[in-house]
Amino acid sequence: MTQYEATETLDVKGENCPMPVVKTKQSIDQLAEGEILEVLATDPGSMSDLGGWADTTDGVELVDQQEGDGVYTHYVRKTE
Amino acid sequence: MTMSADTPDASPDDAPSRAELATRVDELENALEEATTEDDGKKMSIIATKGTLDMAYPPLILASTAAAFGYEVTVFHTFWGLDILHEERSKNLQLSSVGNPNMPVPNAIAALPGMDRVTTKMMEKKIEDNDTATIEELIDTSLEMGVEFQACQMTIDLMDYDEDDFYDGVTTGVGAATAIQDMADADIQLLI
Repeated sequence: MTQYEATETLDVKGENCPMPVVKTKQSIDQLAEGEILEVLATDPGSMSDLGGWADTTDGVELVDQQEGDGVYTHYVRKTE
Repeated sequence: MTMSADTPDASPDDAPSRAELATRVDELENALEEATTEDDGKKMSIIATKGTLDMAYPPLILASTAAAFGYEVTVFHTFWGLDILHEERSKNLQLSSVGNPNMPVPNAIAALPGMDRVTTKMMEKKIEDNDTATIEELIDTSLEMGVEFQACQMTIDLMDYDEDDFYDGVTTGVGAATAIQDMADADIQLLI
């Protein structure tokens, strides 16, 4: 699996909709342009939800999504 | 005889000159830029009318999620929807099996005194076991994210509530016209 240089890690394991997306937004707001946030979630819906959020929201880009051992790992870059 | 379209003599006396047309084009370009710049702010307007435990979730989940998408969100609470914003009552929202055939309790039993308490406890336990966010948590998060919660003044008076009964940050003293104005400006409008 590809590793990314994440500036921060957000752990939302155990949390359900809408919290993974909402907390990702709150965390990415704290980062600087170009930095990457790693999000660890156990909610299977987070794969579609975080992808859809990143596609539709200005200033963020979904770098990658990985799945393993029941944990969904998302990498989101702040682009502006 | 031929006459090209841009021959000044071909225009009637009241036709605009080139300079006037250029000015008009500039004006239109500026107006377009202004209109599209203002349109950048996406807006969502939700009207929340229900106050049962199950119906309190959709407006709060959609409001907080839309805020995460960068939407400017207004939720106008009216009638039983006010209870979602009522600091005390929001912690004690009820769920009934009566009239809901999807619930595991038959209507005849669900109508017995105390049964709403039982079905509410069942749902609260499921919410806790599933680590689903609580109503209070969703309200706090939404407020943090800049969601504007409005409590309809007419129903505050109708229900004998006090403006101080609501969470800090809730807007009171608003009516249907405020809601219509928000809906008219919004990209997404929902009645829940």
